[in-house]
Amino acid sequence: MEIPYTISTRPDTGLWNAKVGIWLFLASEVMLFGGLFSAYVFLRLDAQPGEWPHGLLNVPVGTMNTAILIMSSVTVVLAWAALKMRRYRTYWWYMLATIMCGIIFLFVKLYYEWPQKFEHYGIFLKPAALEKYEQYLGNNRRTEKGMEPRIEISGHLHNPEALKDSNIKEYEIGLDPVYVDPNNPANDRPHFLYVPPTDHVATIEKEDVARVDSFGPWHSAYFASYFTITGLHGAHVLGGVLVFIYMWLPVSRKVYQRNPEHLANRVEVCGLFWHFVDLVWIFVFPLFYLL
Amino acid sequence: MNNPPDVTQDPKEYEEYAHGIRKHVRGYLMVGAILLTFTAVTVALSYVNFGTQKANIGIAMLVAMIKAGCVAAVFMHLAAEKRLIYRVLIFTGLFVLALFWLTFLAWYNPVVR
Repeated sequence: MEIPYTISTRPDTGLWNAKVGIWLFLASEVMLFGGLFSAYVFLRLDAQPGEWPHGLLNVPVGTMNTAILIMSSVTVVLAWAALKMRRYRTYWWYMLATIMCGIIFLFVKLYYEWPQKFEHYGIFLKPAALEKYEQYLGNNRRTEKGMEPRIEISGHLHNPEALKDSNIKEYEIGLDPVYVDPNNPANDRPHFLYVPPTDHVATIEKEDVARVDSFGPWHSAYFASYFTITGLHGAHVLGGVLVFIYMWLPVSRKVYQRNPEHLANRVEVCGLFWHFVDLVWIFVFPLFYLL
Repeated sequence: MNNPPDVTQDPKEYEEYAHGIRKHVRGYLMVGAILLTFTAVTVALSYVNFGTQKANIGIAMLVAMIKAGCVAAVFMHLAAEKRLIYRVLIFTGLFVLALFWLTFLAWYNPVVR
């Protein structure tokens, strides 16, 4: 039995069925991401002074990934336009470009951005010990300037065995640049280019430490939101790429030969999903990387 | 920007149709360039101090909304879509606002605060 209204429009809606379906699906997606963004806003507004970190993500890499997603949105709409003009070969190339963009985006996220976080540590100090480590925190100046205090010292943990061994009484951490020169006004705002931890090692006594965590979801409400939202977004990118690969395989040529408009409509609904994924990232990027 | 019309079956009219699509393609490329430019603008503005963090967030969200509007209107063809889609989206917008409002109610929860 043939599925009705895959190409022609339904008289009552004026639309072919898949288009109505994808928009209803996207409406549910808006609710899904809306709930998470709502939680993000709430957590951020409720964060105590110094508890919402800034400048922990790599801005050039995030910018590059944003540009890649935008370019993929262009290529997918061009692929659809090529089908409308009945140029299958052009469609095939644009679709390949879209798939490659999606794969690069995921590769950067899974093999560069995320793993780096799990090797970077933050040491949260007890309130009573903040003065003792003033040379790394620069809180006296920050208080004078009306800025939020620093309550954490982060960098590369040189003795990770100290996390489990209670006989080791201190942590040795290769400091992030901001803690080497905390009173430098240039460090008040996050840097554009990523600067790795320095060779300057600070020794922090365990009795002064409230907790130590890598930059995983357990680190803070910020990283919990970051991993949840970018993880869910990444799953959407993966889903989109898999569908695009199917649309790009020889099976698509068979659909095209049978009825080119059918393939064009299929690409249009998948493209709508892809644009939505791009649209979500447009908000994720400034919220997590820049602000 | 309107949706390109459905492809015609009449070969005589095809040339005119293809020309129409090509015009839309130019529009898509232009919007792509605008989105890339606005991405650079967002990054640049985040390094400008607008006085308060709230002001910086507001400006960044404004640019993000312009970008999202471009994607929705042109790439997703919402500039010229059927009434049913608009109806679905109006309800979606209302429900999202209600969702945000519900979360903000927790702000006044004496157990949490």
